[in-house]
Amino acid sequence: MRIETMIRLSFLLFLLLPAAVQAASEEVMLDRAPIDIRDAASIQRGAQVFVNYCLNCHSAQYMRYNRLTDLGLSEQQIRDNLMFATAKVGDTMTVAMPAHAAAQWFGAAPPDLSVIARARGADWLYTYLRGYYRDEARPTGWNNIAFPSVGMPHVLWELQGQQVLQVSEREGPHGKEEVRSLVLETPGSMSPTEYNRLVADLVNYLVFMGEPVRAQRAQMGYMVLLGLAVLFVLVYLLKKDYWKDVH
Amino acid sequence: MTRSQALLNWIDERFPLTKLWKEHLSEYYAPKNFNFWYYFGSLALLVLVLQIVTGIFLTMNYKPDAAQAFGSVEYIMRDVPGGWLIRYMHSTGASMFFVVVYLHMFRALLYGSHRKPRELIWVLGVMIYLCLMAEAFFGYLLPWGQMSYWGAQVIVNLFGAVPIIGEDLAVWIRGDYVVSDATLNRFFAFHVIAIPLVLLGLVVAHIIALHEVGSNNPDGIEIKKTKDANGKPLDGIPFHPYYTVKDMVGVVVFLAVFSFIIFFAPEMGGYFLEYNNFVPADPLKTPTHIAPVWYFTPYYAMLRAVPAFLGSQFWGVLVMGAAVLIFFLLPWLDRSPVKSIRYRGPYYKIALTVFVISFLVLGWLGVKPTDFLGKIGGMDTAVILARLFTLVYFLFFLLMPWYSRIDSHKPEPKRLTH
Repeated sequence: MRIETMIRLSFLLFLLLPAAVQAASEEVMLDRAPIDIRDAASIQRGAQVFVNYCLNCHSAQYMRYNRLTDLGLSEQQIRDNLMFATAKVGDTMTVAMPAHAAAQWFGAAPPDLSVIARARGADWLYTYLRGYYRDEARPTGWNNIAFPSVGMPHVLWELQGQQVLQVSEREGPHGKEEVRSLVLETPGSMSPTEYNRLVADLVNYLVFMGEPVRAQRAQMGYMVLLGLAVLFVLVYLLKKDYWKDVH
Repeated sequence: MTRSQALLNWIDERFPLTKLWKEHLSEYYAPKNFNFWYYFGSLALLVLVLQIVTGIFLTMNYKPDAAQAFGSVEYIMRDVPGGWLIRYMHSTGASMFFVVVYLHMFRALLYGSHRKPRELIWVLGVMIYLCLMAEAFFGYLLPWGQMSYWGAQVIVNLFGAVPIIGEDLAVWIRGDYVVSDATLNRFFAFHVIAIPLVLLGLVVAHIIALHEVGSNNPDGIEIKKTKDANGKPLDGIPFHPYYTVKDMVGVVVFLAVFSFIIFFAPEMGGYFLEYNNFVPADPLKTPTHIAPVWYFTPYYAMLRAVPAFLGSQFWGVLVMGAAVLIFFLLPWLDRSPVKSIRYRGPYYKIALTVFVISFLVLGWLGVKPTDFLGKIGGMDTAVILARLFTLVYFLFFLLMPWYSRIDSHKPEPKRLTH
């Protein structure tokens, strides 16, 4: 039955259609984050950056320190290298700063970062953490190309250096359009390549922290699909056998 | 007599076990030409069981408390052994439930499964669909993310649009002036016990009604009209073992798709788990774009398409409600002498195609903000499109008595074809 086959196929195609709609992204062009969630070394470096720079103000209250053993670290290594704020390796990553005080200092309480990568997406985080520029109109002296009027100052500025925003005009298909670009005015202690690498590691860690089971889940997925493929052959032969006398 | 036979006899004298087995499985005669579209009924039953079982395990660790709900979901995802799998099965199951139910309903439209004498099966089915929508809506508040919160806020506010009693009604539903802890607790009660009870009862009634009348088939003819000497339909085969083994093939294929989503794309690009729902609910921060989950978006698009009239949004709510409830009337709107699309004329084929397109386009428009296609003559293009397709959606039903009667048709065969 041709009509029915066509209907069926178009339905299946529709089901496969969904394209990504990341809610957080506004009109900024996002840079693709060069991360690999199977790269445990990168996630470990990212964890180091996270506890050193982020974990002073931002909590990750659903993330336990000992979950980092998933990356191949021992509990002793975690204690020695990554734990400054708490004593027990089974604790979650909380901060001492009271939320109401933080709200007073920065205008908004720093959000918990446990699942920030799932809400914002890796690309947004990668663009955001590289998107700070000097803006004297802001109380902190910093603004961000991905997050206009951001409350957080540039915590990593000593590493990245100071960028400024350059706005130029260009003839586009719809008349004059604004081109916004960031230029490094004062270099930091790292080269742009080194800094990008550091941010990528950090984003990689944030993605890991958003869903620690992620790598394991994909691995399990292959096994499950393989099992179902075998099962399919069996049930298909069973059906064929039972139905051989139906005409 | 063997011991097991003796035990069965003992039971049968006290409970109609063998009788039920025969009536519903081994001697329930189903047409032998079920095709692809006939998998989705048994698959819906499978998803129902999956949702109930995974739901029970989630309930063991979930906290219906505004201060703890979001954290308890993360606790399930991280600290409960296998919790992430149970949670993804449940969240994916919700969307897949609607996928299989929409395809199951489309099957009825293809082959006239809702037509006489199966009107009550259809009516019970639409009631199941309504329950499913309620179940999904209540359940969506529970993770207590931004989309949970604001989605519930938007939908409850719809009741606020009812004239005169609206405001009081909305407060009564929420149990508070805003969506709050009280709302979360009552939604939890509806989600885990009230609606599932009704749903299970309706599913049993749906199947009892089906087995009383007998299944329709892709030819849309009654197999009970041609029986052999023993009174068995010539074109019928016992449901067990024939369709039990056939449905097992469908189940395995379905599980493969289901597993693929769970293990490799549980968020399904933001359609099954919305990104903004990973931000905890914040009553003081309204998201710029609030969209319901994909299975509600056709109706959401209709709601937004209807302009405020006499200072009230109530008309949009009415249209949205009517769009769902109109399904109940379907068996009586169709006046064609034949049931299956195989023997119907061009009018119905065109009408059904246009209807499916309008449903899909409305679904797509409902996901997007209203200004995403720009403006024509000062009006949002997306809103104009939504109005047009809302009209098409309703015309499919309202004009059906007319076009289904004057439509041409081919003669139905006496026996099943393929």
